[in-house]
Amino acid sequence: MALLSKKDAALLTDPLTDNNPITVQVLGICSALAITAELKASIVMAISVMAVLGVGNVVISLLRNIIPSKIRIIVQLVIVAALVIIVDLILKAFSYELSKTLSVFVGLIITNCIIMGRFEAFALGNGPWKSFLDGLGNSAGYGIILIIVGFFRELLGSGTLLGFKVLGDPIEKTGLYAFGYENNGFMLLSPMALIVVGIIIWVQRSKNKTLIEEN
Amino acid sequence: MSLKQNLHNLKEKYKGTKMAPAFNAIHTFLYMPNDVTRGGTHIKAADDLKRTMNIVIMAMVPCLLFGMFNAGYQHYAAIDASLRDNVLVNFFTFDNFWIGIIKVLPLVIVSYGVGLGVEFIFAIIKGHEVEEGYLVTGMLVPLIVPIDTPLWMLAVAVVFGVVIGKEVFGGTGMNILNPALTIRAFLFFAYPTWMSGDKVWVYDAVNRAVTADAISGETILGSYAQNQEVIYSNFDKFMGFIPGSVGETSTLLILLGAAFLVFTKIGSWRIIVATFLGAAVMGLIFNQVVTANIITDSSKFYGLMSTAWYEHLMIGGLAFGAVFMATDPVTASQTNTGKWIYGFLIGFISIMIRVFNPAYPEGVFLAILLMNVFAPTIDHYVVQGNVKRRLNRAKLKTV
Repeated sequence: MALLSKKDAALLTDPLTDNNPITVQVLGICSALAITAELKASIVMAISVMAVLGVGNVVISLLRNIIPSKIRIIVQLVIVAALVIIVDLILKAFSYELSKTLSVFVGLIITNCIIMGRFEAFALGNGPWKSFLDGLGNSAGYGIILIIVGFFRELLGSGTLLGFKVLGDPIEKTGLYAFGYENNGFMLLSPMALIVVGIIIWVQRSKNKTLIEEN
Repeated sequence: MSLKQNLHNLKEKYKGTKMAPAFNAIHTFLYMPNDVTRGGTHIKAADDLKRTMNIVIMAMVPCLLFGMFNAGYQHYAAIDASLRDNVLVNFFTFDNFWIGIIKVLPLVIVSYGVGLGVEFIFAIIKGHEVEEGYLVTGMLVPLIVPIDTPLWMLAVAVVFGVVIGKEVFGGTGMNILNPALTIRAFLFFAYPTWMSGDKVWVYDAVNRAVTADAISGETILGSYAQNQEVIYSNFDKFMGFIPGSVGETSTLLILLGAAFLVFTKIGSWRIIVATFLGAAVMGLIFNQVVTANIITDSSKFYGLMSTAWYEHLMIGGLAFGAVFMATDPVTASQTNTGKWIYGFLIGFISIMIRVFNPAYPEGVFLAILLMNVFAPTIDHYVVQGNVKRRLNRAKLKTV
């Protein structure tokens, strides 16, 4: 027997491609623009969101029948805020430099539309196991885009990947730099992240025409 | 068989295939097509898109030629400053022009080659006709970059500008931003060391800086921004015997181009006049601030603020931007009132950016890009205002 039923597997894999939170639902753009200048920050952000959304979805799902619907938003906020503070403190304890790079954006996971969106749209109406899979799937879909954007921005903007000088040394003029190559400073600015996300959306829609909206 | 016949045959041969747009484009670029419209309305107009574009290019040719001479002149004058004593004799020499040929022509070739390449590829993939939008952009781009810009950077920027600035919006006529300025902005933000400072405006200045005879090739705007004295006279500034981007130094030739564009009714005189007006007003305001002793000469803004307003019109890319960039019919305002507002704000904001942000002394391209974005909004309010006024009038009549 398969580990996951077909329906459950779809919960995990759909958000990776045809129902991607960033490229299809266009949620969580702020953080995708702000912290993707380095691949490492993108990866940590992806993992943080995965932890918050995975656990948060389960908690909300367990409490779904006792949360009064009138105050559900505030309950969701309390839960997500508590989880984000935990993630933030863990980052500060084990990787202080990185948490400084991410600065307020870890705290701003609270306002990440993807998280509130999944709480509202999924966890309030489904059991814990399904909610957990849905949380993992959506945060993975978000993370994949973050990592792709971070990969290109760090490679073209700084000539490095995870801090390693993969294109050579720009000061000693080794590798590609010996031929007059230069880093593209525009890649490190936020507008370029928007353009890279736009190009990903473009490529995705040209592969899958059903995603193109009618207008 | 004539070239025309050959091209026509090629076009017929590839009809209905994927490559058809490419051959159609070459055919109609050089000759009028053989086929005639049958039935229905016959509209005969000589000024189709290609002719319009060609007229703009013709208006820019004097700037390009001047830029080629200037490239060499600035180079030799940086080595031997005594050349500047007799500009008119030392300017139009073959040595100067030769530097222009080896430095400027590659920029033109790369700009056109890459840009038209992207246009052709898009036309073939999307199966529409090749649009002529790049003809003018391709000529503008080499004129607004520093002479020492590496060719591969230019190529990358052109691909970016044409794809992100134009094709994603649907191609020629649909773009929000001026593609040439998108290319310039990309270069500016991506490779700032090649686009500003005192090493890039004169051919070979980077190498000379290492040796003892290092003479600053700073532009006038750059010097003013650092509160330095400028060695160029107002005559030099107006004629364009100054360092700067390839083709934008000569205000005289730009005005000549402007006259040609206005005479042929290609460029909007409203936008050109309004831009200069806006720049002059902002310059006057800053001059008044200086005369009123609101800021002193210790202020970092003093250099550019105390620059006379008419000097602001002659230095930097303001004139070039006003005549060739702001008047782009696609990205500018469409209504006549809108054109006045649009142009005025471009001039106004250009000088403001110049003075307040010494890191961006060349504020013109940012101002034009900004107003490109606002042009539809301006038009909207102008049209709505008109509708409202006329409705009111109608109501008064009926009451």
